Amino acid sequence: MFVLLTCLFFAVLVTLLVIYAAFRYRRTAPGEVGSTLEGNTLLEIGWTTIPLMIALVMFAWGAVVYTNYRIAPKDTLDIYVVGKQWMWKLQQPNGKREINELHIPVNRDIKLIMGSEDVIHDFYVPAFRVKMDVVPGRYNTMWFRPTKIGKYHFFCSQYCGTNHAVMGGWVTVMDPADYAAWLSDEAADSNPAAAGEKLFTQLACVTCHLANGTGRAPSLNGVYGAKVLLADGSIVVADDAYIRESILQPKAKIVAGYQPVMPTFQGLVTEEQILNLTAYIKTLQSQPVPAKGAGIAPAAAGKK
Amino acid sequence: MHRTGELYGQFETLEQQKDSATLGMWIFLVTEVLFFGGLFLTYTVNRHLYFTAFGVGGNMLDLKLGATNTVVLIASSFTMAMSVWAAQTDRKKLLPLFLTLTLILGCVFLGIKYVEYKQKFDHHLVPGHSFDLTYRINHPTPGDSPKELEGERKEIEDAIQTEAAGTPQERLVALNAHTQLYFSLYFGMTGLHALHMIIGAGLLIWVIRESLKGRFTAAYNTPIEIVGLYWHFVDIVWIYLFALLYLINRHAV
Amino acid sequence: MSTASTANVGPALKMPEKHYLNATYGIRSWLLTTDHKRIALLYLVSVTFFFFIGGFFAMMIRLHLLTPSGYLLTADTYNRMFTMHGVAMIFFFLIPSIPAILGNFLIPLMVGAKDLAFPKVNLLSWYIYIVGGCFTLYSMVTGGLDTGWTFYTPLSTVYSNSAVAPAVVGIFITGFSSILTGLNFLVTVHTMRAPGMTWFRLPLFVWAHYATSVVMILGTPVIAITLGLAAMERVFGLGFFNPAMGGDPILFQHLFWFYSHPAVYIMILPAMGVISELIPTFARKKLFGYHFVAAASLAIAVIGFLVWTHHMFLTGQSTYAAIAFSFLTFLVAIPSAVKTFNWTATLFGGSISFDTPMLYAFGFLGLFLIGGLTGLFLGCLGVDMHVHDTYFVVAHFHYIMVGGAVMGYLGGLHFWWPKITGRMYPEWLARIAALILFVGFNLTFFPQFVLGYLGMPRRYHVYPPEFQVYNVMSTAGASILAVGYLLPMIYLTWAAFYGKVAGNNPWPATGLEWTTASPPPTENFAATPVVTWEAYDFHNRPDLGLDVPAGHPGIVPAHGDD
Repeated sequence: MFVLLTCLFFAVLVTLLVIYAAFRYRRTAPGEVGSTLEGNTLLEIGWTTIPLMIALVMFAWGAVVYTNYRIAPKDTLDIYVVGKQWMWKLQQPNGKREINELHIPVNRDIKLIMGSEDVIHDFYVPAFRVKMDVVPGRYNTMWFRPTKIGKYHFFCSQYCGTNHAVMGGWVTVMDPADYAAWLSDEAADSNPAAAGEKLFTQLACVTCHLANGTGRAPSLNGVYGAKVLLADGSIVVADDAYIRESILQPKAKIVAGYQPVMPTFQGLVTEEQILNLTAYIKTLQSQPVPAKGAGIAPAAAGKK
Repeated sequence: MHRTGELYGQFETLEQQKDSATLGMWIFLVTEVLFFGGLFLTYTVNRHLYFTAFGVGGNMLDLKLGATNTVVLIASSFTMAMSVWAAQTDRKKLLPLFLTLTLILGCVFLGIKYVEYKQKFDHHLVPGHSFDLTYRINHPTPGDSPKELEGERKEIEDAIQTEAAGTPQERLVALNAHTQLYFSLYFGMTGLHALHMIIGAGLLIWVIRESLKGRFTAAYNTPIEIVGLYWHFVDIVWIYLFALLYLINRHAV
Repeated sequence: MSTASTANVGPALKMPEKHYLNATYGIRSWLLTTDHKRIALLYLVSVTFFFFIGGFFAMMIRLHLLTPSGYLLTADTYNRMFTMHGVAMIFFFLIPSIPAILGNFLIPLMVGAKDLAFPKVNLLSWYIYIVGGCFTLYSMVTGGLDTGWTFYTPLSTVYSNSAVAPAVVGIFITGFSSILTGLNFLVTVHTMRAPGMTWFRLPLFVWAHYATSVVMILGTPVIAITLGLAAMERVFGLGFFNPAMGGDPILFQHLFWFYSHPAVYIMILPAMGVISELIPTFARKKLFGYHFVAAASLAIAVIGFLVWTHHMFLTGQSTYAAIAFSFLTFLVAIPSAVKTFNWTATLFGGSISFDTPMLYAFGFLGLFLIGGLTGLFLGCLGVDMHVHDTYFVVAHFHYIMVGGAVMGYLGGLHFWWPKITGRMYPEWLARIAALILFVGFNLTFFPQFVLGYLGMPRRYHVYPPEFQVYNVMSTAGASILAVGYLLPMIYLTWAAFYGKVAGNNPWPATGLEWTTASPPPTENFAATPVVTWEAYDFHNRPDLGLDVPAGHPGIVPAHGDD
């Protein structure tokens, strides 16, 4: 605020001076010349030292804020964060993991210890006024203390390739009691398919498995129970076991025409969650299958 | 702008022309310092991070050849200085002689460099897919002295211990990567230097031809002077390269 | 009665018989010229070409950002758009623009020489620029470039699927064009000044280019070697900047910004030099505090080399380093502030007219003021934590580079167009274009300060819907800005052939370049000038034909009533 007001003051001051001078000293006759005024050393010294003092105040204030930011307090809740193209994996102290979401209790000092699996990313929470680069080959830490319960956007804020702009999520600041409850169990959803659908978005499956078949991964519409053509020419049936394997060991079976880029969710999903996801994928049987990008074996292929 | 005699049209006097040429060459050399400087900085940072690996790499360089090259270049700087003296004192016969000596010494340098590079190539020390710092000790040739090979093997084994934790195999891979970094910088820096030598050789050939025509006198010898400046600079860069690449953490030969 | 500077140009003037444009004919006489004035025009054509390329990419960016969810381009395409916009504009438009066009044309004229010190090196500079440009164009059409103009590793060296190597090679090559131009300028100013043209009688345009040249020759070699190493890493799989192979991505950032920060001073110092010519000319008054402005140019050049890490405050570097660089960053702001105060003070007691170049100068004053002050926000560590890598930064640098440098460039082009072509541009159309530019510019970029403050990160092809209204404003402004750019391209070209003949000194202005014909003869001056007057001295120049009060020159009351 100090910076804004000072800058505003000088901006307005100089602008007004220029406008005033332009009007007061406008030319009134074609051959007119200006005065012989060439300089004033005292004025020069004045308008060098005064801005310098103001600048130093801005500098010092900012340096203090920054130094506090770089030195985390002692008793922090430590969250481990890994950024990779193009998602965030966050782990709570008790090992519970999240993807693109961070649940934290209010009025606690939270420290994020961050690394990158590939390129440089940046974890930025505008509402908290904090960010820090996430650099491969080193750990960077940042800390903050949320003071209001609510949901706050976070963004990736260092250009990292194709999906830099969608590599964000939500920080949920909760009452400490709610946080403790959340931490210790996953509130069971009575409807597995609905839970699965939420997971499908939460775990970012939806970013690659586009329903219309134009994504980097095949559409899952109609795939449950169907025959799938693999890259090596063989055909398998997409049953529960196939879906489970695809989530935990995605490189085991690659669908024909696709790249082996799916990350594994081993350790990131519980068995219960896999069941929920499978239940959801089952509900996609009735969805329209796109002409291209389905991964389902064409009827003729079985005849080779 | 046309030329009348040695005076180019944009200049008023020969003195102005000489001042401009000399200042121009000095400024150009400053840019060269900054150019090499970036490489030197990268080298320094990496040497600090991977001191042992860089020591291993440095000891794989042939100190005898490197030292010979240093002497050769210093001698060539001497003959270059003599050329400038010959030009300034109107010694029209000595001038092309000293310039040619400089050129020959420069070519000797490049020849020795070629031998060194070939050696590195044979030992699989050129960065890339086939880089392997253990190649030489695993594939000894008749020419290699057993004592030298034993020394190298011991050095590599000691260096593996200094790499960050992991299985010995993983540490060897890390040492290989860090030594490859050393050799990338070795080839980058000496290669860039050699390129400048080649350009310098070209300049010398041009100036030898002109001097044989009797063009340079006590009154007008600016090209000799600025080629001399360039040549001395290339020499100084080599001195630094020799010290940084060959001499730091050098074991007894 | 009009008080425009050119109102009193007298009876119809005629073009000189022989000048540098018609001295020789044929394509060879242009492509093999060593005349600094013709080389300046060669640069004008090629630099304008790259401006259009960069402008095209800008248009795609702004059109795409009209909606939050990306209706126009895929993510990969958008990423290529902003990268190539940056590369084209920075390396191929902003850095050469004023020095290679106006600097090349004017510096020999301003110091009273027949040409630069090394005319053939000057031509070589242009060819190097073209070759580098070709490599970069090749990269643009064969896969594009999607790493951001900053080429951060390991994204650019390992992960990117775009044509990084040719682009990087192109920039490497073009860097030498910059180095040779700077070398030429430095030697020329040192050794080829006319008799009587002492250092402190030099126009401040020359001082500004001297300072710029120091930055060019010291900084450019470092980016050359950095990009060279990056190219090696990408092509040969080496590991200087790749952590997987023991390298350090932060080392790349240090090396990159060691040049790229001083580079922004390469872009702004020449524009400041132009403003230092325009304001005294159109206020008909000596520049206030000449020595301080000259010293400030040098101070900016020197301190500018000491602040590069302020681009890296949030990379996890040492807190002490960050504090030191923040301090230095505030220091570098001071000379720019001093210059701004001096320009403003020049207006007081002057006789101000509102010709197009002066309108650009006023625009510069206002926009550079905002751009410079917002730099303070970014240099302040506590604030940077919030606005780093957001649209706040984008707005800041566009205010300086477009609001500052491009305004300076256009103001200078208009001011010296009569000298370059011998003919005047259409004044009223030009004033309207300047106003359109000013309005369009502010509408485009001011909303981006708000966007950044609200937290919209940069280089985003999609964004949260709450940011849309500002993005729409910005795009609307951009379309107005585009008109503001197109108009001068059209009428300046027209004026070069059909404008009113201008005569030697239509304004009139006090520089040496205005004492010779418009357009000048190939050898610049009929006879070597001998300088006996101070810079911007309107009172001791009877040859200018102005109404200087006789006797003891005191403060002239602006309204002429004694």
